[in-house]
Amino acid sequence: MVEPIRTRVLWPPRIYVRLAWTWCRALSQYPASLVLLTVFVSLGALSEMAAVVIVFGHAGELAGFGVAEGLLVYGLSATAFGCADMLMGSVERLGQHIRTGAFDTMLTRPVPPLVLLATDQFTPRRLGRIIPSAAVLVLALVWCDVDWTPARVLMLPVLLVSSVVICCAVWTASSCVQFLVTDARAAANSLTYGGQALTEYPLAVYGREVVRSATFVFPLAFVSWQPALFLLGRPDPTGLPDALRLAPPLVALLLCAVAALCWRSGLRRYRSTGS
Amino acid sequence: MRVHHAVFARGLRRYSTYRAATLAHVLTNSVFGVINAMVLLALFDARPEINGYDARDAVTQVFVAQALLGVAAVMGPPLDLEERIRDGAVATDLLRPVPLQSWWMADDLGRAAFQLVFRSVPTFAVGALLFDLRLPDDPGRWVAVLTSFVLAAVVAFGLRYLYALAGFWLTDTRGVWAVAGLLGPVAAGMLLPLTLFPPALADVLRLLPWASMVQVPAEVLLGKESLPGGTAAGGLALQALWAAVLLALGALLTSRATRRVVVQGG
Repeated sequence: MVEPIRTRVLWPPRIYVRLAWTWCRALSQYPASLVLLTVFVSLGALSEMAAVVIVFGHAGELAGFGVAEGLLVYGLSATAFGCADMLMGSVERLGQHIRTGAFDTMLTRPVPPLVLLATDQFTPRRLGRIIPSAAVLVLALVWCDVDWTPARVLMLPVLLVSSVVICCAVWTASSCVQFLVTDARAAANSLTYGGQALTEYPLAVYGREVVRSATFVFPLAFVSWQPALFLLGRPDPTGLPDALRLAPPLVALLLCAVAALCWRSGLRRYRSTGS
Repeated sequence: MRVHHAVFARGLRRYSTYRAATLAHVLTNSVFGVINAMVLLALFDARPEINGYDARDAVTQVFVAQALLGVAAVMGPPLDLEERIRDGAVATDLLRPVPLQSWWMADDLGRAAFQLVFRSVPTFAVGALLFDLRLPDDPGRWVAVLTSFVLAAVVAFGLRYLYALAGFWLTDTRGVWAVAGLLGPVAAGMLLPLTLFPPALADVLRLLPWASMVQVPAEVLLGKESLPGGTAAGGLALQALWAAVLLALGALLTSRATRRVVVQGG
């Protein structure tokens, strides 16, 4: 039986939402705990933000970026990584599921395994990170005096969605290493959380080589750096062409393809541990 | 004592089986070290000296922090004891003719010793290879640094043991770790060197036990005068004091907790 294409495309997101909702309902059985943990998560996000403010407070300007522009970059990066962590963050526990044999169970269920893996222990607690980051982003956008041309207004949502998609793809692709080495979860973190740490500051701070490699090798520059340059209407201080700032949607699609390839080839090679 | 020796060796051997994980951690710690170091280098490029730190000091502290991340388990993992309190297996631990605290301390120091050799040393070496770190010439200073690292591991155990004991009252210690995971890296000087904080706040944080896990060892290595008494010995004394206080508190709470523990049969 061939399913209509519409069902085939819409089925994974629909089942994702339903499974995520199940986890939310489970967690809401302990409302006090959920609220407190969410508050702590947001305090953690605020302490990272405070670090950015302290650094810019001492320096005044880094690579021509002041506190307001710095917070814009931070807000873009933290919002995108926060959303990706909530949506796809659970994928990084792949190795643990393989080791305990729980992944085999997932493969027998009539739901795409990636969806099962991503929704496993889904928690709205991560909103505690997204909400303050998004608030900083909005404040920074107001503070930076962005010249709101129609192009910028239209591109803002596109850039935000692209950033989230890029981060989700990075999370998924880097977790696939665990198909080969089940203990390598921490290695993936150097791309996921490391990527977050890298993109929290204007990339030019790190010098030309890092900007180049974050543009062409691990395209993390499109999460916060290029969008910030676009919104602020600044030339790239490292001399890369301005056209790159319109590339995030394309980069997002490309990375999705890479992530899908990693996932599929990993899944095809997967042999149960037998435990 | 021989039992503790054996438990220490077990803890060490257990971690030595996770080779891929250790390598992955070295990679991650190095990547984070490089990112943090580059941000601080850019900062010190704009302001050559902040509260007695220069760029070299700051970058050295970044790699001390990354090197101690595993040893002091600032962001976890919690002691296995926590899970055992929750599921009742702690009853077996309490039947042993060895005090609960010293048993788990031997186990955790075994873990820390493995991390020190196979995680801290390579991470710090990566830092020394890529950046111009401030390394003392005086061998006596290196002895002080090693002592400071060991004391950092003991203080870290003292704190994590107290977090675990909270499980006797709370059952689920995730909330404790939520606070610890938030406060720990900030107060330890891992997120940023405490030197960069507003001086009044930094002075308070320096005296708290978390500072003994990163900030104090880093300052011992750098030979900073901001240590208590202005010398490395002062820093070591502060760490030893916290280690003693935390272990004493742990022992006291252990006796309180074990008097009220009820393990369900089944």
